[in-house]
Amino acid sequence: MIMSLEGLIKSIGSIKFEILSPDTIRKMSVANIVTADTYDEDGLPIDGGLMDRRLGTIEPGQKCQTCGNRIGQCPGHFGHIELARPVIHAGFAKLIYLILKTTCWNCGRILLSKEDYEKYRRLMEKYKQKWPQLRYKLAERIIKKAKLQKCPYCDKEQYKIKFEKPTTYYEERPEGTIKLTPSEVRARLERIPDEDVELLGLDPKSARPEWMVLTVLPVPPPVVRPSITLETGIRSEDDLTHKLVDIIRINERLKENINAGAPQLIIEDLWELLQYHVTTYFNNETSGIPPARHRSGRPLRTLTQRLKGKEGRFRSNLSGKRVDFSARTVISPDPFLSINEVGVPIEIAKVLTIPERVTKMNIEEMRRLVENGPDVHPGANYIIRPDGRRIDLRFPKDRKAIANSLDVGYIVERHIRDGDIVLFNRQPSLHRMSIMAHKVRVLPYKTFRLNLCVCPPYNADFDGDEMNLHVPQSEEARAEALILMLVQEQILSPRYGGPIIGAIQDYITGAYLLTKKDTLLTREEASQLLIAAGYEGDLPPPAIKEPKELWTGKQLVSLFLPKDLNYTGKASICNKCDVCKKEQCPYDAYVVIRNGVLISGVLDKKSIGAGQPESLLHRIVKDYGTDVAREFMDKAFRLFLAYIDSRGFSLGIDEEELPKEAKEMIREVIREAEENTMKLIEMYNEGLLECLPGRTLEETLETKIMQVLEDAREKAGEIASKYLKSSNSALIMAKTGARGSLMNLAHMVACVGQQSIRGERVTRGYLNRTLPHFKPGDLGAKAHGFVYSSYKDRLNPVEFFFHAMGGREGLVDTAVRTSQSGYMQRRLINALQDLRVEYDGTVRLPNGSIVQFKYGDDGVDPSKSYHGKTVNVDKIIEEVLNK
Amino acid sequence: MADEKIINKLLENYEGLMPKSLIEELRSKLSKIDVDEEKLRKIIEKVYKEYVDALVEPGEAVGTVAAQSIGEPGTQMTLRTFHYAGVREFNVTLGLPRLIEIVDAKKTPSTPTMIIRLDEEHKYSLEKAKEVASRIERITIENIAKSIEYDMINSSFIIEIDEEVAKDKGITKEHIIKVLEKLKIGNISVEGNKIIISCNVISPEKMKKLREKILNLKLKGVKGIKRVLIQKEGNEYVIYTDGSNLAGVLRVKGIDPYRVYTNNIFEIAEVLGIEAARAAIIREAYKVLEQQGLDVDLRHIMLVADLMTATGRIRQIGRHGISGEKSSILARAAFEVTVKHLLEAAVRGEEDPLEGVAENVIVGQTIPLGTGMVELYMRFPQRGK
Repeated sequence: MIMSLEGLIKSIGSIKFEILSPDTIRKMSVANIVTADTYDEDGLPIDGGLMDRRLGTIEPGQKCQTCGNRIGQCPGHFGHIELARPVIHAGFAKLIYLILKTTCWNCGRILLSKEDYEKYRRLMEKYKQKWPQLRYKLAERIIKKAKLQKCPYCDKEQYKIKFEKPTTYYEERPEGTIKLTPSEVRARLERIPDEDVELLGLDPKSARPEWMVLTVLPVPPPVVRPSITLETGIRSEDDLTHKLVDIIRINERLKENINAGAPQLIIEDLWELLQYHVTTYFNNETSGIPPARHRSGRPLRTLTQRLKGKEGRFRSNLSGKRVDFSARTVISPDPFLSINEVGVPIEIAKVLTIPERVTKMNIEEMRRLVENGPDVHPGANYIIRPDGRRIDLRFPKDRKAIANSLDVGYIVERHIRDGDIVLFNRQPSLHRMSIMAHKVRVLPYKTFRLNLCVCPPYNADFDGDEMNLHVPQSEEARAEALILMLVQEQILSPRYGGPIIGAIQDYITGAYLLTKKDTLLTREEASQLLIAAGYEGDLPPPAIKEPKELWTGKQLVSLFLPKDLNYTGKASICNKCDVCKKEQCPYDAYVVIRNGVLISGVLDKKSIGAGQPESLLHRIVKDYGTDVAREFMDKAFRLFLAYIDSRGFSLGIDEEELPKEAKEMIREVIREAEENTMKLIEMYNEGLLECLPGRTLEETLETKIMQVLEDAREKAGEIASKYLKSSNSALIMAKTGARGSLMNLAHMVACVGQQSIRGERVTRGYLNRTLPHFKPGDLGAKAHGFVYSSYKDRLNPVEFFFHAMGGREGLVDTAVRTSQSGYMQRRLINALQDLRVEYDGTVRLPNGSIVQFKYGDDGVDPSKSYHGKTVNVDKIIEEVLNK
Repeated sequence: MADEKIINKLLENYEGLMPKSLIEELRSKLSKIDVDEEKLRKIIEKVYKEYVDALVEPGEAVGTVAAQSIGEPGTQMTLRTFHYAGVREFNVTLGLPRLIEIVDAKKTPSTPTMIIRLDEEHKYSLEKAKEVASRIERITIENIAKSIEYDMINSSFIIEIDEEVAKDKGITKEHIIKVLEKLKIGNISVEGNKIIISCNVISPEKMKKLREKILNLKLKGVKGIKRVLIQKEGNEYVIYTDGSNLAGVLRVKGIDPYRVYTNNIFEIAEVLGIEAARAAIIREAYKVLEQQGLDVDLRHIMLVADLMTATGRIRQIGRHGISGEKSSILARAAFEVTVKHLLEAAVRGEEDPLEGVAENVIVGQTIPLGTGMVELYMRFPQRGK
């Protein structure tokens, strides 16, 4: 932020990848490392050792010998090791093999006939100009083609090269198979002319083939491989340092032996050992060789392991980072907050800060904050003076003096307070509504508090969920958060073009109970509810004047609706009659709002629920904007809660009781089903059962039995819901869509029904039977997991066991599939994340290639669409006509 | 009723400004109501305004939104996997596995199926439909043989034909013999329901190979179609198949080539071209989501399908497709197989242009989407001037 003010915007244009040449390595090196030890007896770094002071400081307070910076500033400097003999870079071994195979051992030219060579050269030139990506495909072709037995340039006979993983090459000469030393390999690679290198898909300027055989090894600075001092004072070195020690030790031994003129055999052994150490230094998981291990037996974490995978540098340190100014704690609900707000515990508010620049306008306030210091809530933790010095407000005794010394241009890192904008997040962050901006409300106690309407986008509940909070530090970040990420701006989901934020559970029950036809409220009750909802205005004239003034719930709801709103729709409790009686609906399920007045119908999930497109809520957001929608959710929804609070809503076990005749009927239905099952089995046994098309006899029987039993359960449920009182709490919840379904209800009062595993009846367990309680081969309902009882009636042990089997399958299924869908999403995001809409309405990749000429064929943003439809023409026609 | 001429005149001005489908919708809906020109104009103007308001904003990260919109319900799909007693005859992969299969661009689906509708002549009678079905169903010797044995003494194969099945499938012995003769392995003779082929093969390995060869001999039908089933749909008969071979089935007489369905996307791409494949991807993916009761906007699926087919061939979402062909080395390295990409880039002397999202996040710069897309700098007044 300060940078942009100074006008010092520098950005990286591009990054080029090359292979380090030996010369470059030597040039960038500040020290030749020759000693395998790190520290001497006094604990000081040895010169020429792996902790050489020229490589950069590691101890606090010391200045770097090379760049003069202190710790933190000094980036570290590379050293180098002169290898006594060259070694193969294992990562390039395969490529080296291909190059050796395709070039002449004597003159280094590609083994192509002169005509072919010319042809490919011309092609390569052309590709370089027009389709640079195709060069590598061509190179592959050339490598496959270049197989001449005799070099067309020097007429030398070619020999077959064999490659043994990871780094050994053999040549099959007529006199026998010879191992090629890295020196020999390097010499051959050196002979390949630049033009030929290019044909092999390499860029000779960035990667001469011989550079793939190492003669000098760069030594990364200690900042890359810091040693840790344990409490006991013992130094523990990094894995990389260990590996480098090994390399240097062997390298020195090899050097000595060569100088002493040791026998070839010993030299070769040492050379091979050096190769092993260098190979594992780059990648300790190279196939074909045992991984280098720590003394404790743990494999070392060398360069490749540091970069690779989920815990590697790329994914866990570069693509995502740990951040400051963040907090995490348990969440709990608070319906008295706005949907835009988040309740922040005061302890957290005292730690998280926002840098605020002192101006003439706020200097008095800032002084007060500084005076309050870090321990009193609206306070401050640090001051940054214009010269960049930070003052920690924890320590000075006389904060008053510091407060008075505050001047324009200072920056105060003040505590977050009510109204500040913060980002709130719950993992897994599956869509953009998983991180939204909230306004802070500093509250007592230790949990984050949030309005219940934002549970669906976060997919949060309060069974111990924790959430994270981040404080944007720059003005730009706060502006973007406020304008783009605020909860009310995210009400409409881009997934289906409908509100994802809305009423859930008790809100819906409350709304239903309040707007029901027979809900009548006295003046006192009505006033109480409206106060609770934050309504400021006059009470409308009562719906019933005599004998007592009474108001309907619909009247109260209407007070919160926009005054010119017109809406018709069906409620969730709709019975789906064959002929809809519309306004005369006996269940009051036809919702009509005329000019902001709820005329008929009850409000329930279909009109105000979360995730319901084309609902009342959706219309409010689309037609009146997010501010109105937010207010509706903050006020009207509170009315619903206030009503359900005052009325009371509970569910007792006796509510699951059915009258005797209903129970009798259910028993009858189930008995019938059992009989039918037996009949089917009989038919099967007698071979009278006819196969369904495309099925075997056994499958047919299973399907038919399943059908019979499923029907029975359904019928039982129907009977149950018919005999339950309409005031039954569970029934109300199921019908209004607040929670649970009629099926859940049927499970409780009527019959739990068939338990299935992999979509079939329970068949596993013992030989030819599920449990030893049954006869082998018993095909009956009972023996294959049909639960006759309802939860209320209690399950018998056998039923309980089958029920547990079904339940377990569900658990396993979710556990297995979440990982699959997570990976699918990661791939989808990775593949699609670069796409964007350009100013001309096309969808393009960053290189400018077009993916869609017009986004979604009509250019409409799904979140601004009307449940996917471009424009709601019917609504507009109605609006214009009614004017 | 509103005058059609007026409506057409009014709508003409919006040709090209609004999508065709919207104009058509307006035309049909306006012609059904009775209003004057003034109100008609008002309606159209309002529709146009709402349309313009609903357009995507430049810089919108539509890709990420699409990926999230398809990926997020994926987790719910797992919870909502629901088995009901099957009414369908064939098991067709559905739900998350099928969705993964589609974005993976698998060469063949794990359960290939076709729905073949018939032409005017055949579609109304079961008999004729059966006739077509028998032309489609692949029948090999294995299907109609009760047993096949090798007589070591006479060195001959004895194939016992299940006559009932053969009759049902419409295959005569003469036909079998004719096919067997083409193999040219020896003399063929018939004994009741047994066909005897005498040959001079002796070694057991060769015998086994030959046996396999005989078993897989095609008698009739289309390659790859394992089973067919005739179903009545409305007033016409439709053939469902297990196994898919679009090119083969299109050649069969009696089918309606315009209404043949397969769930094998690669076959569609091969036979009908990439645009058809795009449509197939959209249809298949949408079907999966819809079947699971998940509400996902079609535009998201379209974008995925468009990206997958943008180059003219079907590319997978993932390492071997789109993600692996990105120009940015850092983005590829951050996704999967990190080291391979880094080494390859070094050898080729590649340059990462830092155009995409992942690579700019890695180097710590603003990403080129949304508010970060703006490449406009303000010149600050120099200090002291």
